[in-house]
Amino acid sequence: MTEPAPTLEIRNLDVVYRVRGRDRKILREVSLTISRGETYGLVGESGCGKSTAALAVVGYLASNGRITAGSIRVAGQDVVGLSGGALRHLRANDVSMVYQNPGEALNPSIRIGDQVAEVFRIRGAERPQALEQAEKALARVQIADPGSVLGRYPHQLSGGMQQRVVIAMALAKDPALLILDEPTTSLDATVEAEVLDLIQQLRSEFHTSVLFITHNLGVIAKMCERVGVLYAGRLVEEGPVKTILNDPRHPYTVGLLRCVPRGGTRKDRGRLDTIPGFLPSIDQELRACVFADRCGLAQEVCRTDEPPLYRITADHASRCHFHEQAQELPRATPEELGQPLAVDRSGTPLLQVDDLTKVFEQQGRHIHALEGVSAALWPGETLGLVGESGSGKTTFARALLGLVAPSRGTVQLDGRSLPPRLSLRTQQDVRVLQIVFQNPDSALNRRHTVRRILRRSLKKLASIAGGALEARLLKLASSVRLAERYLTARPKQLSGGLKQRVAIARAFAGEPRLVVCDEPTSALDVSVQAAILNLLVELQAQRRVAYIFISHDLGVVRYISDRIAVLYLGRLMELGPAAVVFDGPHHPYTEALLSAVPTIDGGGRARIKLAGEIPSAAAPPSGCVFHTRCHRNLGEICENEEPPLVEVEDSHLMRCHIPIEELRKLQRKGSTAMAPPTPSPPTSAAPLPASSS
Amino acid sequence: MSTAVPAPPAVELSQASIARRETLGQLARSKTFITGAIIIAFWVFCAIFGTKIAPHDPLDQSFPQLLGLSRTYPFGTDQLGRDVFSRVLAGAHDILIIAPLATLLGIVGGTIIGLVTGYFRGVVDDVVSRVVDAVLALPLIVIAVTVLVGLGHSTLTVIVVIGLVFTPIVSRTVRAAVLAERQLDYVAASKLLGERAPYVMFVEILPNVMAPIVVEATVRLGYAIFAVAGLTFLGFGVQPPSPDWALQIADNYTLLNAGTYWWTVLFPALAIISLVVAVNLVADGLARVLSR
Repeated sequence: MTEPAPTLEIRNLDVVYRVRGRDRKILREVSLTISRGETYGLVGESGCGKSTAALAVVGYLASNGRITAGSIRVAGQDVVGLSGGALRHLRANDVSMVYQNPGEALNPSIRIGDQVAEVFRIRGAERPQALEQAEKALARVQIADPGSVLGRYPHQLSGGMQQRVVIAMALAKDPALLILDEPTTSLDATVEAEVLDLIQQLRSEFHTSVLFITHNLGVIAKMCERVGVLYAGRLVEEGPVKTILNDPRHPYTVGLLRCVPRGGTRKDRGRLDTIPGFLPSIDQELRACVFADRCGLAQEVCRTDEPPLYRITADHASRCHFHEQAQELPRATPEELGQPLAVDRSGTPLLQVDDLTKVFEQQGRHIHALEGVSAALWPGETLGLVGESGSGKTTFARALLGLVAPSRGTVQLDGRSLPPRLSLRTQQDVRVLQIVFQNPDSALNRRHTVRRILRRSLKKLASIAGGALEARLLKLASSVRLAERYLTARPKQLSGGLKQRVAIARAFAGEPRLVVCDEPTSALDVSVQAAILNLLVELQAQRRVAYIFISHDLGVVRYISDRIAVLYLGRLMELGPAAVVFDGPHHPYTEALLSAVPTIDGGGRARIKLAGEIPSAAAPPSGCVFHTRCHRNLGEICENEEPPLVEVEDSHLMRCHIPIEELRKLQRKGSTAMAPPTPSPPTSAAPLPASSS
Repeated sequence: MSTAVPAPPAVELSQASIARRETLGQLARSKTFITGAIIIAFWVFCAIFGTKIAPHDPLDQSFPQLLGLSRTYPFGTDQLGRDVFSRVLAGAHDILIIAPLATLLGIVGGTIIGLVTGYFRGVVDDVVSRVVDAVLALPLIVIAVTVLVGLGHSTLTVIVVIGLVFTPIVSRTVRAAVLAERQLDYVAASKLLGERAPYVMFVEILPNVMAPIVVEATVRLGYAIFAVAGLTFLGFGVQPPSPDWALQIADNYTLLNAGTYWWTVLFPALAIISLVVAVNLVADGLARVLSR
């Protein structure tokens, strides 16, 4: 019986970083094995040590990091302590790594061809042969017209194309182990789905083992066979993906799964559960269970004794004293909201947008960022805004707020037209419309303390000054659950979730009536995301504030939205109640978007591949702007005639030539009815005309 | 996350001071910065107390002329019989008043123009940028000499001329930093509080572009010292009987033809060099620590 050595075998790995003269443990006795052809997912929130584990494998730890114990074997060879030639050999032949941001992984000043060819030249090929091989490598990752891509620079490619190139380079050497570190996190859902499909397909082609690092449980469910859950540098649970997701045995895994809005949960059904507390800081000595401080099940023993790895089944293990009760973890956040969330749509809408259009002029070209969007919003309502990047979501929000002046169209507040520019609006109107930005690092002035930021917003938005100011400040901070001691801190000293609370507090300083939430949770971990979503819903219930919620996470949008608007190339494609838009019949574009999202519960929808990428807004396609990528393209009528936005059923608007009944039939039958998705339609930078049957 | 949660250790709160201390700590560990700072501190001390610590009166002409190096006159004496050593010690006084004031003027003017052009863009930006190009096309000394000949020279004119020539150069640096800052969401957020443009520029953006401004200020100080020394040498800067270094060189450089009286020129020249180099060392050290 000579079983081949597993591709990756990590045994009791300890990694420390030396910070300010002291060693801090980042990984604690991590052991995992990936056999040949297997895909192993590593999940956990940021700061858990996922990337450190990957970097340790390729010997690429930061200069202050080092392995203090344990072994790492790649295909049977010990790689700890390799240096010089041997390490180069390992990186050149056995292990490849793909990082999160493809734009940073490629050298901006070298042509794609030469970058990919380098992989072959290192192994001795001459330039012409290497370029030839590079072209083949690009073809393998389904890049259409690889010959022309060879001559381009990275900035001339879209994010999805760049990531394909990086994957092509990673696979060019036919590595034994491919490490993917959040490879799709920076990509749009539709592009993410394509890259994931590609990885899945290549994996079966190459028999490569994959270490897949991600915080997205849906991606894990779709991609991986086995999963390891990492917390504070310790592998707390490990097992087959189905078991981990359906029968988790560690309270951390249970908590993580509960944080994610899934299976069509909505805000009126109650709050999301959260994981209380914070990841222990690296300064803390952890002797007992690493999760004890945040665990609702923790007993005395958890704070004194380090739990061993309990075997639940042959391939499922959990590092919890109470693994049998893990799923009975009490909720950290009560489910009841206390206040009802009903929306009354009988009166004048709070906000009415008519024919909102924005054309940017850029080097003589006209970019149609927003084209005749009309919508209304009532007090206490949330309108979800979805669409790929470049679909006009952010421009729409900025035009409402007056940050960009629309080229055409009006914004009405309580039936009264607002001036297009912010500087022309009254302080009263400014107060009413606020925003919470995506990236709290950018949204908070890093030189000002939290107190200063909030004082100023109270002064400007609530016109409070003098002695009353401090009292209101404390009230405002407590309304967003921001502890008083954070008031003296500067943004840099706060975690992402706390920063976002400050940003929310600023928006709510003056009793706003509409708050635009521009992907407010996309930079946050799932447990923090759940807490922020709960906060937004609570504030809505208390103050009847309306939200425009922009997000690419459809689970989140569905959770928080009452109605959903789907934008494509600046045009409203579909608008309707959340349940209707999600359950269908929906616009073919919505259908494709929904099918692209990997869900924890898996399956359900057949994947609809969109041909190519979103066309340039400078030259939108004729007829229906979506016809170039539509899988239900009817041919001539779609190519020449723009369908109107009509109410296809009660309060459900859609812009499509296909009658709703027809769509209902088609979508019930499954998406394979009209355009059977060929296993791998090549994508290219330019939109391909969709083949019409 | 609810507040019921145990607070993370109080370590977090003292981090503001830690961050500040870390910046200072990095500066203290930077040999470049420390070397420069020590030399500058020495010359500042001399500028203030030079006449008191000097062995002789720097203006006293009663000593033997053109004596070589000796115990009584460590750097020799010049052609009017003044002690070169005492004059070098006292010679930092005028230049260390004029150069920093000129720099300050340039930095303040440049910061204001840079903030305005970077924040508003548009026509103002286009016009100012072309003026900057024009100013950069002419050497500083040429502009300064022309103005000083036209207006007559006074210390104030020297300061104003150098400051005004620096203004567009500084504004260009500040503008570049502001262009990057104005894209950040906190600028939009403060507009959404209804803040006026001056508040956004000076209270929100300015603190965030201080690092490049501080570095630019030190670099400009080096150039200012250089410019003042050059103008003085040409007779447009510091006027006699000041023991100014450049003035000493101007007074004595003709003697170099004879070849034997090198001390009258070498020591003041070394003093100028040491000061300019020191300022540049400080600028380097600051740039390395702050621009991260």
